[in-house]
Amino acid sequence: MKNVKQFIRAVISLSILIGVWWAIAASGRFEPSLLPSPWKVWQGMFEMIKDGTLWTHVWISLGRFFAGYLAAAVSGIVLGLIFGWYKKVWAFVDPIVQVLRPVSPIAWFPFIILWFGIGNAPAVVIIFTAAFYPILLSTVAGVNRVDALYLKVAANFGIRQPQLLYKIILPAAFPMIMNGLHMAIGSAWVFLVAGEMVGAQSGLGYLIIDSRNALRSDLVLAGIIFIGISGYFIDRLVRLIERIIEKQWGILSEGGRT
Amino acid sequence: MFIEIKDASRSYHQNDGQETSALDSVNLKIAEGEFICLLGPSGCGKSTLLNIVAGFDRPSQGSIHVKGQEVTQPSVERIAIFQNYGLLPWRSVLRNVTLGLEATGMNAKASRLLAEEYIELVGLTEYKKHHPGQLSGGMQQRVALARALAVDPKILLMDEPLGALDAMTRMSMQDEIERIWQKKMKTIIFVTHDIEEAVFLADRIVIMTPSPGKVKMVMEVPLARKRDRTSPEFLKIRDQIFKAFEFKGEDAWDYIL
Repeated sequence: MKNVKQFIRAVISLSILIGVWWAIAASGRFEPSLLPSPWKVWQGMFEMIKDGTLWTHVWISLGRFFAGYLAAAVSGIVLGLIFGWYKKVWAFVDPIVQVLRPVSPIAWFPFIILWFGIGNAPAVVIIFTAAFYPILLSTVAGVNRVDALYLKVAANFGIRQPQLLYKIILPAAFPMIMNGLHMAIGSAWVFLVAGEMVGAQSGLGYLIIDSRNALRSDLVLAGIIFIGISGYFIDRLVRLIERIIEKQWGILSEGGRT
Repeated sequence: MFIEIKDASRSYHQNDGQETSALDSVNLKIAEGEFICLLGPSGCGKSTLLNIVAGFDRPSQGSIHVKGQEVTQPSVERIAIFQNYGLLPWRSVLRNVTLGLEATGMNAKASRLLAEEYIELVGLTEYKKHHPGQLSGGMQQRVALARALAVDPKILLMDEPLGALDAMTRMSMQDEIERIWQKKMKTIIFVTHDIEEAVFLADRIVIMTPSPGKVKMVMEVPLARKRDRTSPEFLKIRDQIFKAFEFKGEDAWDYIL
């Protein structure tokens, strides 16, 4: 029931948005090339769906996205666990991270092209850079916040490294790590498109640039809509995975008795 | 002697450079299989003493020996049980109990069978697949008890294990702990600030007073098991303890039970 209501609300607000857009386009104040009408964009989207170019670009983008994101997740979590546990090492690494983190991945682009060439690699590296820092930092914070009681219990039962790391510290820090993984999804998806706009010959970002070069503003807008929808579904997927893992690990406190 | 605490003191450096003494030259000898309660108000050093016996902390002066061996670090021979249970919320009851067995290198099947045996001992067989968050406080403490017993320690160190439970659950858990102590022949050091709890459980009650934490006296409880909480003998011992605390003066006693 709640889901149905939510769905109805979403339909209503999106309809209003499209309606306003339609009205402005139909008013004739703007040239169709500056603001294509919803119908025109829909035709453009349909065209791309039918001839299959859309799927090619979407799959390529998703492939790059997951390659970069997974690499960032694995390295961010592993390094985060190590740095979080060995606080003295982190004291040296932290200043470097604090300086590098605020730099937009796009700023690295000239070097990324020089070091990794063109093709898939630059976009993957950009995603990696965008996703890596939130995952690393939240893992370090998660490890630092592990309840001292768990460590006491582990010491009492003779659980030492490396078991301590994956039996106690990783699961205890997991809620924080999951938080970082979720934040990283958002920023990584944003930068994927940016990365594909400057270096790639395929993907959703490229689709937009290519349409602009062809003066097809309807396809530009269609591309934007596809990026938004894919981003939305990726976020949903992550939430679903989050739920499953939380349930498995007993983190959900719902239904708990006192 | 099984456990020998000799002149154990523990002081802490504070931020302003001063030293505070949490524990001041405690001497205590404990026989194997004895049930000892450390009783006193907060700040009397009873938890500090327990932490030192567990090996989580070292005394500033003096020493602790168990079977002639000096205690310098935690060991599976001496398992601590905490007020907040210390269960791992991401593991099921069964996997919480097998936790201690994993470090011993016991194979998975044997450790599961052993864990199930102890889960049955504490009466939680039908909850073995639940997660701690789904259990009541009393049940969680039973899980912690099963986990501790599964590694077959010589000594159980309980730091106000029933402190978070309501009065009724507390009493049934006291019965449970007594039953398990008698069945498994463990040596137990049990920290509490509840006088009746101490009289019900202890062979000897170590009465401690604060600032600095000291042993005021050690009182034998010569009552037969299982003790009747309302019998005249029980109440008499309880009254003696009340008197022992009043001796110290009111300022040190921040609450009366």
